[in-house]
Amino acid sequence: MRATINGEPLLLPEGLSVLSLLAHLKVVADRVAVERNGAVVKKARHAEELLSDGDVLEIVTFVGGG
Amino acid sequence: MDDEFVLGGHRFKSRLVVGTGKYKDFATMKAALVASGAEMVTVAVRRLDLNARGEASLLHWIPKEMVLLPNTAGCFNADDAVRTCRLARELQLGGENPLVKLEVLSDPTTLLPDVEETLKAARQLVSEGFRVLPYTSDDPVAARKLEEAGCAAVMPLGAPIGSGLGLCNPYALQMILDQAKVPVIVDAGVGTASDCAQCMELGVSGLLVNTAISGAQDPVLMATAMKLATEAGRLAFKAGRIPRKLYGNASSPLSGVIGAR
Repeated sequence: MRATINGEPLLLPEGLSVLSLLAHLKVVADRVAVERNGAVVKKARHAEELLSDGDVLEIVTFVGGG
Repeated sequence: MDDEFVLGGHRFKSRLVVGTGKYKDFATMKAALVASGAEMVTVAVRRLDLNARGEASLLHWIPKEMVLLPNTAGCFNADDAVRTCRLARELQLGGENPLVKLEVLSDPTTLLPDVEETLKAARQLVSEGFRVLPYTSDDPVAARKLEEAGCAAVMPLGAPIGSGLGLCNPYALQMILDQAKVPVIVDAGVGTASDCAQCMELGVSGLLVNTAISGAQDPVLMATAMKLATEAGRLAFKAGRIPRKLYGNASSPLSGVIGAR
């Protein structure tokens, strides 16, 4: 399955949920927010939200800023 | 002395809001945040670096009692700013009406706000329950429209972001203050402590400072100076300054001087 994550094209295993994607990427899920195809995926839905081929995902966190 | 600053459901004693960007390291940042006395700090939302895991998180270095004010810095259109705010709300995991600093810029050279896009984003965000603090130009008309759109405050610039030029147009700021029914916070342009005092003396509710602290040779000392200047300016505003006069006005009695005939 192909997806674009943070602007980078990636080849991913089939059938990933948002939760399993974060595990696959070794991301600490507590400190990130995920947007899938322009809409936020709430943390409570990370396990049930399944990815599809061609998805565009943004995984963000807080950084220093003014 | 009770002089609280009420904003978006929070009560603050400090009127200095500080940024967390551009510090040489997190330890210096934390020391400066604490020295500033700030109770609210701005943070940015950025893509996670998927190749650099396990490094220290920004939030680990921000004292827990400080309110986070996520910004939309780096956004150049309303849609990106709205998406960034939604992600920031998700990142905070709590609170349906979070404060956000809305910043929609026009170009990377001046970093001046795109007021048209800012207003568009503000209307959308207010409709979604955000408490919107918009960075805007020092145009009183723009400030009024943002207030009418339901923003929780207006944040006119003193000068371009990171310029350190200080308050370039105190007359425009005075007009904004005269009409505003929401708090006015000067965001951007402060260069040194006297700029903080000058803005506060005019009666603004608060200040937002980043580069002038993080870029100072000693950020912790500058944070302390700005804390004191902000407090001094606030006290001077409340005290009510004397009117400016062109000619002298003696402070000692003119009568009874020795040798007088």
